[in-house]
Amino acid sequence: MYRYDEFDHAFVNDRVAQFRDQVARRLSGELSEDAFKPLRLMNGVYLQLHAYMLRVAVPYGTMNSRQMRMLAHVARKYDRGYGHFTTRQNIQYNWPKLSELPDALADLASVEMHAIQTSGNCIRNVTADHFAGAAADEVADPRPYAEILRQWSSVHPEFSFLPRKFKIAVTGAERDRAAIQVHDIGLHLKKNEKGEIGFAVYVGGGQGRTPMIAKKIRDFLPEEDLLSYTTAIMRVYNLHGRRDNKYKARIKILVHETGAEELARQVEVEFAELKNTELKLPEQDIAAITAYFAPPALEPRAEGWAQLAQWKKADADFARWVQQNVQPHKHPDYGMVTISLKPIGGIPGDATDAQMDAVADIAQEYAFDEIRVSHEQNLILPHVALADLEPVYRALVAAGLATANAGLITDIIACPGLDYCALANARSIPVAQEISTRFGSPERQAEIGELKIKISGCINACGHHHVGHIGLLGVEKKGEELYQITLGGSGDENTSIGEIIGRGFEPEKVTDAIEVIVDTYLGLRLDPSETFLTAYRRVGPQPFKDALYGDKTAAAA
Amino acid sequence: MTDKVLTANRLSDGISVWLDAAGNWNESLQEAFVARHKEAVEALEATGKQAFADNKVVDVNVVDVEEVDGVLRPLRMRERIRAAGPTIPYAAGYAGLSAIRSAVA
Ligand code: HEM
Ligand code: SF4
Repeated sequence: MYRYDEFDHAFVNDRVAQFRDQVARRLSGELSEDAFKPLRLMNGVYLQLHAYMLRVAVPYGTMNSRQMRMLAHVARKYDRGYGHFTTRQNIQYNWPKLSELPDALADLASVEMHAIQTSGNCIRNVTADHFAGAAADEVADPRPYAEILRQWSSVHPEFSFLPRKFKIAVTGAERDRAAIQVHDIGLHLKKNEKGEIGFAVYVGGGQGRTPMIAKKIRDFLPEEDLLSYTTAIMRVYNLHGRRDNKYKARIKILVHETGAEELARQVEVEFAELKNTELKLPEQDIAAITAYFAPPALEPRAEGWAQLAQWKKADADFARWVQQNVQPHKHPDYGMVTISLKPIGGIPGDATDAQMDAVADIAQEYAFDEIRVSHEQNLILPHVALADLEPVYRALVAAGLATANAGLITDIIACPGLDYCALANARSIPVAQEISTRFGSPERQAEIGELKIKISGCINACGHHHVGHIGLLGVEKKGEELYQITLGGSGDENTSIGEIIGRGFEPEKVTDAIEVIVDTYLGLRLDPSETFLTAYRRVGPQPFKDALYGDKTAAAA
Repeated sequence: MTDKVLTANRLSDGISVWLDAAGNWNESLQEAFVARHKEAVEALEATGKQAFADNKVVDVNVVDVEEVDGVLRPLRMRERIRAAGPTIPYAAGYAGLSAIRSAVA
């Protein structure tokens, strides 16, 4: 993985020192809140309902055990013993004291971590496929390109005051595990007929109050043009993006109002100017960055096959976990392990300091020291020998991290919602907990199959509800919480935005409503291999409306 | 008139606080000074402005409450949760949505 050079170290340390001084001046009263707020936001510090919140960047979701141990340390020393892994592959802490934040950031800097550009109208943490560098279906590892974008976009003077926040995601496989079509820029790494590497470029996707699917504006962009073309897009956006209205300021609105074709034309005009400048990526630079992401030396471990079969026979729980949470690796003797942060009835994405330490230990001993955060709020061990799966599983069980539910109905995404978030209309976490509890039995989950529920506590859509197979959006109606249900959303290579199914449900009725939807699906699917999403796309919303609201009379939302 | 209390987050650690009768910022809503008429509300607002200007607190707001059997209860759920903390006991001991709801409802 990428290692800081001297410049990176000096830069991050300087930023910590600068922030320490700013905090001291704020606490002494020298700086007003109005002056300080933009400064704290530039360092990932928000104010929530109960306390400050610190958002720490995990670039493209990749870290090592030393960094994970530091995240545990920060949870223990500066917070209340836990952290929340987010859909942006970052981690948030809910209880840090302003006065201690400079120390926390200094500790993080000692392991090459920071909170820069995790907030504000700049280019945010670049996200990538959490199976990058390991997936069997991958064309190339997206992380070197994400790292190049990270370096280019870090405190980029021209792009530090954009009309609004800007999110870039990169995937390296046909199967999109990075939800690139709901990002401001989505990059799909692929090869052309000549075997050269490049990108399909998508622009203008996003969630929030106006969900939009990105438009493809380039079929194949050679890799050497990555920065010049991205700069061209940023320039068009920076110039024409709307600064008069916060709700219309994202690039998706510009793409929508301008038209994708015209926008692509404008980008090409800028690109023609930039193409042969210093932004052109030399092959040796790409190679140098790629070298940081060289896969570990994976020895053949063919003995794992027979062992795995034996272990599975001996232990049904283990077999279920392998079936659900382990996926094929490029190397046939290895697997990619999903560590579920969705215990039945638990808080999606939360991990205690002890759990983080346990994951670090396991990664170090069995997984080549590599850990990923997925945008589905789970952790990943990308390289584990089949021969080591059993001890890994035992260690995860001991840490309460072996829930066998990856991709199932209890693998729910939920934003912090009204339990923490100052912008929320309704709670998200308790809703997730109750749904998880209701459907928690392994048999029932297995029968239902792949089903993604995603919950947001307000229209900002941090919980990705628009792209949930079942999406839940919390709204406030007459001072009470109400949950609007959307169906048929999806955040993969066939992205779709969910449709509102009808009027919303009170907190105590929403789990029943989910159950009605699930039972309706089970009743109408052609066979168990037809997933919820496929079935929904076949039959449309009507059977679900009928089941929820009575025949043909779905009330207005 | 609806009863009102003054709330904010403490500058140094961000913890939610309420203004009490002695003029201190208290971590418990139940200790809050309740304004029951216009002049009292204006006094709260002035105090809040000053405390913000003095860099003691941030995010200062006057919020609606009612008193039920001597217990102060904010009218908005958001403020009830601010006062009571997250409705989700972390990890063990989760009691189900209805139980929690009655605690903050
Ligand atoms: C203090 C807590 C948070 C605040 C104040 C906040 C604020 C916002 C706002 C205002 C938007 C809408 C942006 C727009 O439409 O222009 C947004 C979108 C989003 N946030 Fe958050 N958020 C918070 C926590 C989180 C968390 C915990 C996650 C991950 C679980 C997250 C991930 C996202 C994502 C994925 C989007 C939608 C994608 C998009 O930008 O279109 N946020 N957030
Ligand atoms: S979706 Fe709304 S409630 Fe949830 S974290 Fe985002 S801003 Fe807060």
